[in-house]
Amino acid sequence: MTDIADSPAAALDAQRFSELRLNGISRAYGAHTALHPLDLTIRGGEFIALLGPSGCGKTTALNSIAGLLPLTAGSIELDGRRIDTLPPEKRGFGMVFQNYALFPHLTVRRNVAFGLRMRKVPKAELERRVHAVLELVRLTEHAHKLPGQLSGGQQQRVAIARAIVLEPPLVLMDEPLSNLDAALRLDMRAEIRRIHQEFGLTTLYVTHDQEEALSLADRLVVLNAGHVAQVGTPAELYESPRSAYVAAFMGYRNILTLTATRVGTDVATVVGEGVKLVGTVAGPVTEDADVQVAIRPEDLKIAAEGAEAAFEAVAEVVEYHGREFQVDALTRSGKRVHLRTPERVAPGDQLALTVDPRRALVFPMEGEPT
Amino acid sequence: MTAATITQAPKLALRHRLAERGIDRTLLLILPGVIAIAALFCYPFIYGLGLSFQPAKGGVLGAYSAFFSDSFSEGTIWKTFSLAIPSALINVGLSVPISYRMRGDFRGKRLLLTLLVVPITLGTVLTAEGILEYFGPVGWFNLTLQKLGLVGAGHPVNLINDYWGVLFSLIISGFPFAFLLTHSYLSGIHPALEKAAATLGAGWWQRFRHVTFPLLLPGLLTTFCLTFVLGFSVFPSAIMVGDPDGKTHVISIEAYEQALQNFNYPQGCADAMIMTALMLLVIGLVMGIRALRFKGERIFYTGSTGGKG
Repeated sequence: MTDIADSPAAALDAQRFSELRLNGISRAYGAHTALHPLDLTIRGGEFIALLGPSGCGKTTALNSIAGLLPLTAGSIELDGRRIDTLPPEKRGFGMVFQNYALFPHLTVRRNVAFGLRMRKVPKAELERRVHAVLELVRLTEHAHKLPGQLSGGQQQRVAIARAIVLEPPLVLMDEPLSNLDAALRLDMRAEIRRIHQEFGLTTLYVTHDQEEALSLADRLVVLNAGHVAQVGTPAELYESPRSAYVAAFMGYRNILTLTATRVGTDVATVVGEGVKLVGTVAGPVTEDADVQVAIRPEDLKIAAEGAEAAFEAVAEVVEYHGREFQVDALTRSGKRVHLRTPERVAPGDQLALTVDPRRALVFPMEGEPT
Repeated sequence: MTAATITQAPKLALRHRLAERGIDRTLLLILPGVIAIAALFCYPFIYGLGLSFQPAKGGVLGAYSAFFSDSFSEGTIWKTFSLAIPSALINVGLSVPISYRMRGDFRGKRLLLTLLVVPITLGTVLTAEGILEYFGPVGWFNLTLQKLGLVGAGHPVNLINDYWGVLFSLIISGFPFAFLLTHSYLSGIHPALEKAAATLGAGWWQRFRHVTFPLLLPGLLTTFCLTFVLGFSVFPSAIMVGDPDGKTHVISIEAYEQALQNFNYPQGCADAMIMTALMLLVIGLVMGIRALRFKGERIFYTGSTGGKG
C-alpha cells in the first residue's frame, strides 16, 4: 500500500460537501430556451458528465452553475444553502475552460497562484499550495514559463491546476480535451481521472464524446435540445438506453425507422425498407406504429450460409481496422448501415445480414422535444 | 530526340532562381508606392532638413541657435507640450473606461459607437466653430452657468481664445481615434480570460487591474503616441479657438509664421525639424518604456492576448 502522505495531493484537500442540488434550473435567450428545467443532485466526490451534441445546452448548464450566466428559473443549493444568487467570484467553484483561458501575461506559477492571491492567502501557504498542485499536475519544471511557451497538454494541466489549487467543492470542466490531438486526449483523460481520484474532487464534466463520458464519469446526464434525455451510470446507459437518441450516443450507430407488425411483451417483429427482424422492446411500442430500431455495428452479423437473413446490403466502403473490418453498406432501399466483421469483405459484395433479437432495441418514434 | 532532352542542363525559371536568393518578383509591385513616398515625403523632408542648415546668418546651426536664444520661440516647446500631453492623457484615460463598459453586446451599442466616433468626420474648422459658439461669452455654456447663478451676468467664464478652447478641440477630435484604438485592443482580449478570473474569485476591479489592464497597457501606450502626435502638431484650432499670439502660440504656428509671414524659410524648416525631433523623442521614450525589462523579463506583456496564451 502506498502511503497517502507521499502523494502531492495530500497537501491539498478539496472542500467536501454532501450534495449539490440543481432545482429546475433553466436558461432562455428571449424566445429561445437553451436549457429546459434541469433537476440533478450531485453527491460529493462524484464525477458527472453532461453529454450531448453541440447546441444541446450543456455549456449553458455549466455556465449557469458557475454563475457566468444568470438563471432564468430554478435554484442551486449547496448543502441546503442557496448559491445561485451569488456572483461567480463568490461561488468558489473551479472552472476549466475549453480554450483554457490562461492569463497570457502571467507565468505558470502566477497563473496558478492567481486565485489564492485574489483571496489574500498568506504567502507561505500560497507557496506551499502552488508547489503541491504543480507537482500534482507534473509541471514543476515549467513553473516560470509563460502559457504561450507550453504545449497544448501542458496548458491544459495549468488550467486544471489553476482551478483545483483553490480546493473548490466542485470543478466544472467545459470540453477540456476537445482542443487536443487524439493521443494526447487519451493521456489527459487518464490524468483527469487520476487527479479526480487523488484529490477527491467533485467534477461536472461537459463533453460531446461518449467514449470520454463513459470512461470518466460515475454518472452521465444525456441532454437533447435542452432536455434531459436520460441520467444513469455508464453501464445503465450503455446497456439499456431509454430512447433511440440516447442509444445513438451509446454506440448504436444504426438507427432504422421501421414498422412494428407483431408486438409481444419482450420482443417485437419489425419490417420495412426490405428489412424484417425481431428485436427487444425497449419502450412503449404499439402494433402497426412506426418504430426506431437501434443496432450496434458490432452486433450486425453476416448471416451463415443458408440461415435466414434480416436483410441484404451491398458493401460500399470497407476500412481495415486490424482485427476486423469496418463496413459501410447500403440496403436495397438505399439506407446506409454500419457493421464490423472479422470476415474479409470487398466493396461491392452482397451481404446477408442478421442480428440477435436481444441486440436490436425497438424504441417508439420520438418527435423533436419541444 | 530523347538524347537531346537528356543532355540539356536543367534550366530553372528566373523566378525560381530569384526565390532561392530570397527575392520575390512580386515585391517589385511596391515600387510605385516607394517612389511616391520618396517624392512626396522623403524628398521634401531632406530638402527641408538641408534648408534648415542654410540660414542667412549664423552659420550652419544659425537657425537652431536663433530658435533657442529667443525666449518667445523657445517657449513654444513648453506651450505645445502643455497642450499635447494633457490632451493625450485625457483621451486615453477617457477611452479606457468607456470602451471597457462597451465590451460585449447590448442594445443601442451601434448607435453609441456612431455617436462617439462621429467627431472624426467633423473638420477641425467645424469643431472650432462649434466650440466658439458653445463656450463663447454668450454661448449655451455660459448662459447655463448664469441661469444657475454660478457666474454673474457680464462676467462669463472665458474659455475660448485661450488654452482651454484648444484643449477642448484636441479632445473632441482626438478622442474618437483613441476610443476606436482602445476598443479594438480590448476586443482582442479573449472574454474567457475575465470569466476565468471571476471563477477564481476576482471581483470586477481585480479582474480589470490584474487581467485586462496589463494586457491592454501596450496598446494604450501606442494609442497615447498617436493622440500625442495629433496634439503636438495642432495648428488650425490653436489659431481659431486659441490665443495664437500668446498662450497657444504652439511650435507649428511659430514655424508657419517664420516661413510664410517672415519668408525666412531656413528658420521655418529648422522649427519644423525641432518639432519632429521632439515628437520622435517622446515616441521613442514611450516605446522604450514598452520594451523595459526587469531581471531579463519584459515588464509589459506584448504578446498575443487570446485565450490560449
